[in-house]
Amino acid sequence: MSLELIHLDKTYISKEDGKEVEALKDIDIRIEEGEFVSLIGPSGCGKTTLLRIISGLEKPSGGKILIDSQDVDEPWLQVGLVFQEFALFPWRTVRENIEFGLEMKGISPEERGKKAAEYVSWFGLDDFGNRYPKELSGGMKQRVAIARTLINDPKIILMDEPFGALDSQTRLSQEEFLLNLWDRTKKTILFVTHNVDEALSLSQKVIVFSRRPGTVKKIFFIALDYPRDVNSDVFNGVRREILEYLTEEGM
Amino acid sequence: MPSGYLLHNHCLQSLYRVFAGFFIAALLAIPLGIIMGWSRSLRESVTPLIEVLRPVPPLAWIPLAILWFGIGFKSSVFIIFLGCFFPIILSTISGVLSIDSILIDASKTLGARKKEIFLKVLTPGSLPSILTGLRIGLGIGWMTLVAAEFTGVRSGYGLGYMIMTARDIQRPDEVIAGMAIIGLIGYSLDLLLRGIESRLLIWR
Repeated sequence: MSLELIHLDKTYISKEDGKEVEALKDIDIRIEEGEFVSLIGPSGCGKTTLLRIISGLEKPSGGKILIDSQDVDEPWLQVGLVFQEFALFPWRTVRENIEFGLEMKGISPEERGKKAAEYVSWFGLDDFGNRYPKELSGGMKQRVAIARTLINDPKIILMDEPFGALDSQTRLSQEEFLLNLWDRTKKTILFVTHNVDEALSLSQKVIVFSRRPGTVKKIFFIALDYPRDVNSDVFNGVRREILEYLTEEGM
Repeated sequence: MPSGYLLHNHCLQSLYRVFAGFFIAALLAIPLGIIMGWSRSLRESVTPLIEVLRPVPPLAWIPLAILWFGIGFKSSVFIIFLGCFFPIILSTISGVLSIDSILIDASKTLGARKKEIFLKVLTPGSLPSILTGLRIGLGIGWMTLVAAEFTGVRSGYGLGYMIMTARDIQRPDEVIAGMAIIGLIGYSLDLLLRGIESRLLIWR
């Protein structure tokens, strides 16, 4: 499914001084079906706010969100959000966490259990289905979080710095895992990161955001094959260009 | 002590009263506490009332309890209820407030609506705090037993009643025995709830 953001604005009233803060300004983005798009920008540029708006957790102050050219009332049916902090329910086992969305849809426990078991093994969590989140490593927690989102079969997956809390080794293997998953499911992915290499090795399109209020500063198209060689010349060229943009924005 | 008034009858009668008061308190305080934890406006409007009522000792409620419910079972249960209610509701509220809001957001993006958020996120999320509140509530409820049985003497049973009667007939040994048993049962109840707590909270 394609995702269109049309003249999206977001202002909110600051809790500290009661003043209006412009978080996002005139965001115009179109993401095609099956595309892997990264969003990169200085911290506090409204990236997270944008994902929250697309997923329906917050309302935009102006503008529109279209999915397959349609207005959306209940975005959770089509959009899944993966949080940086994993946001697993600590009182549920891995399997119960993964099942959560199916439970919300009123699917029977047997069917839920069957489907969750499939996801548990697909995500390499076989020995951990009955464990609680506190017993898992960061990388595993994030896999559970992705599985929990994916089991709902959203057409668009939003990811908010999902690997930001992981060490670099784990991060690389998670990125590889994500690319495989994308290849296999053909989902549309909007991936927020502050890591240029991550954006470059994963996505077909990199959107650079400005400082607050967040606006689209530049869009880079990365037409390189996967898996990508992070040390190739093309890669270096684009990386330098993106970094220049980000430096301008004081990142 | 009249013959036939056996110790285990006193204990059972007291436990019955305390559990009745305790269960009514839990039944009201937990849902109300979760709703208050969730709704800021409700919390802000009801909390002052709770904070004013809370410091009033259960003993001070006895005249009203007798007026409203007469002398007997209902009055004593009401007094125990008051002892249990406040710690349970306050712990429940703070339990809901301690839930990371990102879990509520996550549940929403997975399709949870109000009812599911209440049952599947707020309730389990505040469970550790609720259980602490239940333990404190039961402890206080048990402590108000003697006061409660000032009003609930018709049946002639109950540890509080036993102590009062022993005082009237000048039997300090029975008074002390009654006190010791209240202490022991109170301790056992706490152990029981601690056991339940660690069972339910293995995920922590």
